[in-house]
Amino acid sequence: MSNDHSDIIKEYIGRLPEALIQEVQDNLPERCGKERLKKIMAKVEEEYISSLAAPGESVGIISAESIGEPGTQMTLNTFHFAGVAEMNVTTGLPRLIEVLDGRKTISTELMTVFLKKPYSEGKDIKRIAESLKELTLNYFLSEIVMNISEGHMKIVLNQEKMDLVGLTATNINDTLKKAVKAYNFKLDKDNTIIVTQSAKDKDIIQLYKLKEKIKTVHIHGIKGIKQILPVKKGGEFLIITAGSNLKEVVALDFVDATRAYTNNIYEVEKIFGIEAARQLIINELMKVIEEQGLNVNIRHIMLVADTMCMSGRVLGINRYGIVKEKPSVLARASFETPITHVINAAMAGESDPLNSIIENVMMNQPIPAGTGLPGLIVRVPKKGKKE
Amino acid sequence: MTDVFMDNKFVGTVKNPAEFVDQIISDRRLGRIQIDTNVLYVELEDKIIIETSRGRSIRPLVVVKDGKSTLTEKHLQQLEKGEISWSDLLKQGVIEYLDSTEEESSLIAFTDAEITPDHTHLEISPIATVGLTTSLVPFGNFNQGVRLNQGAKNQKQAIGFYASNFLVRMDMDVNLLHYPQNPIVKSIMHDVSEYGKHPAGQNVILAVMSYKGYNMEDSIVINKGSIERGLGRSTYFRPIVAEELRYSGGLMDEITIPDKEVRGYRSEHDYRFLEGDGIIFSEAKVNEGDVIIGKVSPPRFLSSMEEYSLAGDTRRESSLALKHGEKGVVDFVSITESEEGNKLIQVRLREQRIPEIGDKFTSRHGQKGVISIVVPEQDIPFTSSGLKPDIVFSPHGIPTRMTVAHMLELLAGKVGALSGRFIDATMFESEKEDDIRKELLTFGFKEDGTETMYNGITGEQYNVQIFIGNMYYLKLRHMVANKIHSRARGPIQLLTRQPTEGRAKEGGLRLGEMEKDTFVAHGASLTLKERFDPDKVVVPICERSGLVGYYDAKRNNRAISPIYDEESEMSDIEISYAFKLLLDEFKSLGVYPKIKLRSKF
Repeated sequence: MSNDHSDIIKEYIGRLPEALIQEVQDNLPERCGKERLKKIMAKVEEEYISSLAAPGESVGIISAESIGEPGTQMTLNTFHFAGVAEMNVTTGLPRLIEVLDGRKTISTELMTVFLKKPYSEGKDIKRIAESLKELTLNYFLSEIVMNISEGHMKIVLNQEKMDLVGLTATNINDTLKKAVKAYNFKLDKDNTIIVTQSAKDKDIIQLYKLKEKIKTVHIHGIKGIKQILPVKKGGEFLIITAGSNLKEVVALDFVDATRAYTNNIYEVEKIFGIEAARQLIINELMKVIEEQGLNVNIRHIMLVADTMCMSGRVLGINRYGIVKEKPSVLARASFETPITHVINAAMAGESDPLNSIIENVMMNQPIPAGTGLPGLIVRVPKKGKKE
Repeated sequence: MTDVFMDNKFVGTVKNPAEFVDQIISDRRLGRIQIDTNVLYVELEDKIIIETSRGRSIRPLVVVKDGKSTLTEKHLQQLEKGEISWSDLLKQGVIEYLDSTEEESSLIAFTDAEITPDHTHLEISPIATVGLTTSLVPFGNFNQGVRLNQGAKNQKQAIGFYASNFLVRMDMDVNLLHYPQNPIVKSIMHDVSEYGKHPAGQNVILAVMSYKGYNMEDSIVINKGSIERGLGRSTYFRPIVAEELRYSGGLMDEITIPDKEVRGYRSEHDYRFLEGDGIIFSEAKVNEGDVIIGKVSPPRFLSSMEEYSLAGDTRRESSLALKHGEKGVVDFVSITESEEGNKLIQVRLREQRIPEIGDKFTSRHGQKGVISIVVPEQDIPFTSSGLKPDIVFSPHGIPTRMTVAHMLELLAGKVGALSGRFIDATMFESEKEDDIRKELLTFGFKEDGTETMYNGITGEQYNVQIFIGNMYYLKLRHMVANKIHSRARGPIQLLTRQPTEGRAKEGGLRLGEMEKDTFVAHGASLTLKERFDPDKVVVPICERSGLVGYYDAKRNNRAISPIYDEESEMSDIEISYAFKLLLDEFKSLGVYPKIKLRSKF
């Protein structure tokens, strides 16, 4: 690009977004004359201004209607096969509601784990996948034998299952020792662990309780990953998991942490921060909408995501979330549980400046939006008084 | 051992389930146990279910034994002669009742011909598989299932001749069809149920064609001449009931012409129809607002002041008058006693209903439609013989709905009308379409029922052959006269000062939450405000206390603060009354809603 253009483009810095200026620069035809560039920039600015939302435009309600109207056409078909394999994923309206409500526990957690170079080409794919899966003691058990007369418990382990993940009875014994403190674990022959209580209190009931408890002790894999599914997608191997544990998966050395994906918004917020969570909300909502064959402009979804993340935390669109954050007492009271809001506001001595829409609708005043927004700047002197 | 459950309760076990079930069934057929007992052996769960509870629906079937129907030719002959009856067949075990439980273990043959050794039962008639109203649909087996169902449902809404002693009955809120007719195309159930004694429709001439686009979207075009000759005319009877109620303290209502002193006295004009006893006379032509029964009631709340007041009459006017939009002729007045022994006045109002735009009609195939235009007879298309249809039905209603029976009825109706006989269109056992077509040919018509027709306005011949014939049409009881509603200004609610709701109270149509949102989305700020103006009110606000004050009539309508009386500056503001009410509710919660005023400019 020749230098003589820079001063024309410089004029627009601050008037147009940087990304837009960059895009113009990148796409300029070769040997573009000064006059021509001026024309191009004028046209770009004109287009840019015309696509801005006008001040006083009710973008929130337009977004709400734009998402709500196609939402009514969504089927309640919760379970539908995503195509790849036999994995049930919550989609459609239930998923939409789940995301918008900002639920902490979601109905189907899902991770997509991308792998680093040698593994993404299929090396050890099965073993790697298996190593992710959460396995409790219950999985490795052959049986648990209670010896009431002696007051101890015999845990018999399954050799085959241990071999599958490369564990020995010694490993498991060590894990159990760490997990359950008050009992003594002794490794016996034939993959058997004998559990005895400390010499004094030989309580058989406690031992029975331990029997159930010990089955859930985490032995191998990553907590929360309940199912694994290695698949080949777009020429590379990756692992889809049911259940999610982003923190630990990202820490694994064979995982491409830059691309690890979970559908749990709270997890992402906790580990990667609010901006990542916002992007995930947008992705998840768009995915549902596109799956249903609907067409909603991404800007509406972005507005919703922005609203949910505005406070720095992910808030649901309900009375415990963003509605609670509204500054106006009357606006909060107009949406569910009015008495609670009014009384709490009264106790705090809140005042409502009536700046927003709903309060003014309630009072039958012109709303401060659209044609109701602009006001006089000139101060009108009061009658009789002269300033 | 097989568990036995009787009416869902465990009652014991048996060793040989099949034998046990057979025993019960044969005992039932021999009349040793109740005829409505049903039993089923569920092999999968190895249990026996016995049902005797009430409320089950059971249906009669002919018993089949060894691949042969037990209902023999001899039975039929005896039945015809009247030597035996239904109950004899039950006693002989020829017919038995099955419920849904026992049906699970039986194989029911549809007709005599298809019986195999595996069959256990035979339908008495194929029509017994459907209900009463469904069996009244002609050629019903040619219809799509949904339409058959809708056709049956529509018949329940039809206006007909419901009882021949209607003149002396005090039925309330009923319709009566004038000139009801027996359908030309009918099923056996019309005879069995003596449909001719209480018909609910009329045979009309129907042309399947478009009429200037007036019969699009399920609307129908109707011939004005036919209406004038009485087609679809009906009478609507409206009840007006008043009771002299007794209240605590020996007070009671009084049915009389109210005194002028009575609170809420209407006007002399409104009471003009009342006779000395406070009740209207027969054959009075009444309109909205006219009092039918004059009544006064004691005051609602007795205060000690009022009891001794010299003002005289504290009683309330509580007459029964015609509401907005109601009219009619007084048909019948009865004076009786209610169950509690109170004087009870029942007045029946009669109103003739002539078909008009918006009234609903239907055939018996779920092809309902609303009158969209009443065409003068001279403008109706006609055939070469000068025949004019009563109703012009749109052909667009046929393909997607697949009501083949609708067209078969039209064809059969034509044959029936020409030959002067009834056509049997019983489901599954109807006369054959081919026979009907052939018969039509013998009358000199085209066998497909079409005819050349001419434009009623220009007299030009239509380029296509029009399907025209006779069919049974029903007038449904949804008439515009009962539904039409409009309001510009009108009554408001006492509490909120907002317009009332509903047609009966001449209410407005609510601009709801979502509708409000559309105004906001358009940024139409002042239009939105104007839409919510019906309950706007100007109230004075005390600038010191921030509370809503009032205007004192005794002090020259001065605005008064509720706390500082005259010692405060008062300013008028315009708000919705509902918001003032909200502020009052806050106060009742113990919350002080203080309004701080600020100049808008």
